[in-house]
Amino acid sequence: MRSGRFWAWAAFIVGAAYFFIPLIATLEFSLRMRRGTYSFDAYQVVLGDPRFQATFGYSVVVAVFTIILGVLVVVPTAYWIRLRMPYLRPLVEFITLLPLVIPAIVIVFGYIRMYGSNSPLPFLASARGTDILLIIGYATLALPYMYRAVDTGLRTIDVRTLTEAAQILGAGWTTIIARVILPNVLIAVLSGAFLTFAIVIGEFTMASLLNRPAFGPYLQNIGANRAYEPAALAIIAFAITWGCMSVIQFLARYAPKSANRPN
Amino acid sequence: MADSFLSIQHVKKTFGDNTVVQDFNLDVGAGEFISFLGPSGCGKTTVLRMVAGFEEPTSGSIGIAGKDVTRLKPNQRNIGMVFQAYALFPNLTVAQNIAFGLKVAGVPRADSDRRVAEMLELIKLPQFGDRYPYQLSGGQQQRVALARAIAPKPKLLLLDEPLSALDAKVRVSLRDEIRAIQKELGITTVFVTHDQEEALSISDRIVVMYGGKAEQVGTPFEIYNRPSTKFVANFVGTLNVLEGTVTDAATGTVKVGAGEVTLKGKLNGSKAGDTLSLALRPEAISLGRQAGRDATLGGEISEVSFLGSVIRVRVGLGKEAVSLDTFNSPASPPPTVGEKAEISFSPEDVLVLH
Repeated sequence: MRSGRFWAWAAFIVGAAYFFIPLIATLEFSLRMRRGTYSFDAYQVVLGDPRFQATFGYSVVVAVFTIILGVLVVVPTAYWIRLRMPYLRPLVEFITLLPLVIPAIVIVFGYIRMYGSNSPLPFLASARGTDILLIIGYATLALPYMYRAVDTGLRTIDVRTLTEAAQILGAGWTTIIARVILPNVLIAVLSGAFLTFAIVIGEFTMASLLNRPAFGPYLQNIGANRAYEPAALAIIAFAITWGCMSVIQFLARYAPKSANRPN
Repeated sequence: MADSFLSIQHVKKTFGDNTVVQDFNLDVGAGEFISFLGPSGCGKTTVLRMVAGFEEPTSGSIGIAGKDVTRLKPNQRNIGMVFQAYALFPNLTVAQNIAFGLKVAGVPRADSDRRVAEMLELIKLPQFGDRYPYQLSGGQQQRVALARAIAPKPKLLLLDEPLSALDAKVRVSLRDEIRAIQKELGITTVFVTHDQEEALSISDRIVVMYGGKAEQVGTPFEIYNRPSTKFVANFVGTLNVLEGTVTDAATGTVKVGAGEVTLKGKLNGSKAGDTLSLALRPEAISLGRQAGRDATLGGEISEVSFLGSVIRVRVGLGKEAVSLDTFNSPASPPPTVGEKAEISFSPEDVLVLH
């Protein structure tokens, strides 16, 4: 027993070291911009750079629209599959997994060929159109996470009975989704939303190939040309991602307690 | 029924090749409390769901208050329904749950608040308006579900096994409460259950269902005392079924085990040598001879179960055996297994099942 515990701790320490040492090294390096002493100079430079603010602001806006699109597509789909077409679930799960196996570069080249300025749907003919295409692309990339989060949320409530209870009380589909289903899976939707946010903030391939001023290409550009700032940016990006995860954990405490299932 | 409020005519429902309801007909009067009673898979819930609008009949029609609702959506029927699984909205408080139907119907806030307070009084939970469903017991949740169902003043109330998830004591008290509220409001109610005691105690009429059909429709008294089919006789209440052979058709003499009983006018044209199934309720049999119970058979006590207020005794009659109930009396000890015994019953109480 004692030897088992030793190896468990050893495995934990090796795993933690593998994760934390590069992070600590990056943090330490990001603080060494001023010669001979630790300082936040690299962070000041990064945060004071107008391109950082512009690209980060752009990516935040794109992320917000991506989340809205994702929620509008995924919540009704997952709800309908669970309620009326459970036999389609394996197919839908397979489709939502595709963005994990098809590289973003393949998807974006497909977009460029399909939606060029000479196509019937010329998204790429204008900057606004390209932004819309980027949002659609990001919603696709975030689909595996969003769908699973929402589907898991729906699993915790008795979707069918709640729907029927609302229907018999006179509610239509919009009321049912907005006032019964969505509030009860809100935490799951928010989990999906923050995962989507984290993906969009750091995404490089699509934004770069569609030539949009997003945060991902900016990160890459700084990384290729500067020494300390990329390390500071990596730590900032990491803090944002962890911030999102903490918000999910925090919000989960406020999930409605399910009382649908008889004891 | 001339003044039929709920009218179900020739309703049939199939799922693929499987026919779950066949040629179902029923007329329910206004203010009537009717129960669908039957084993699992008999089609009772499917009929209820068709009345609610969650399933569409394959053929036939359903009318409520003279209006054909067969093709109407559930939210257009003005029906209240209580589900087995409570189905309270977990994100809403008790008061918000009760107000849900009123809000959907666009009832002004002040009227809605008044109605919610009324409903909370009716279900005797006036201080529970601000609680969430998870803070209530099962019985309290089901009362809230009932209040939510009747708050919008529906034309018809459907209860889909609302008591099955509750423990025995709560079940009995809530059953009485449901009946009292239904009588007070005079709302036409359809109650689905597989529990015969529930159906017998609460209903004006009972529909006993089996294999997607209504086997018998009648008052609890009729269903219990005059079952029209072997299934109803067996399903409702405890029943002793004895195999007998007609020995003399003219006098109505039937041989049961080692003894004989005379069942005048009950043999329905049976001939000597025919085998009959004779059914008797436990409470129709006495241990020993009793005035007014002229038919007697001898046997031996094979089992004694003490059930509190009554003692159930099983008496072997050769190859056959019957159960009978006697009241517990603290002054006299219960019979013992192996004792010789004579049972008596009135030929009037024997049901001959052909």
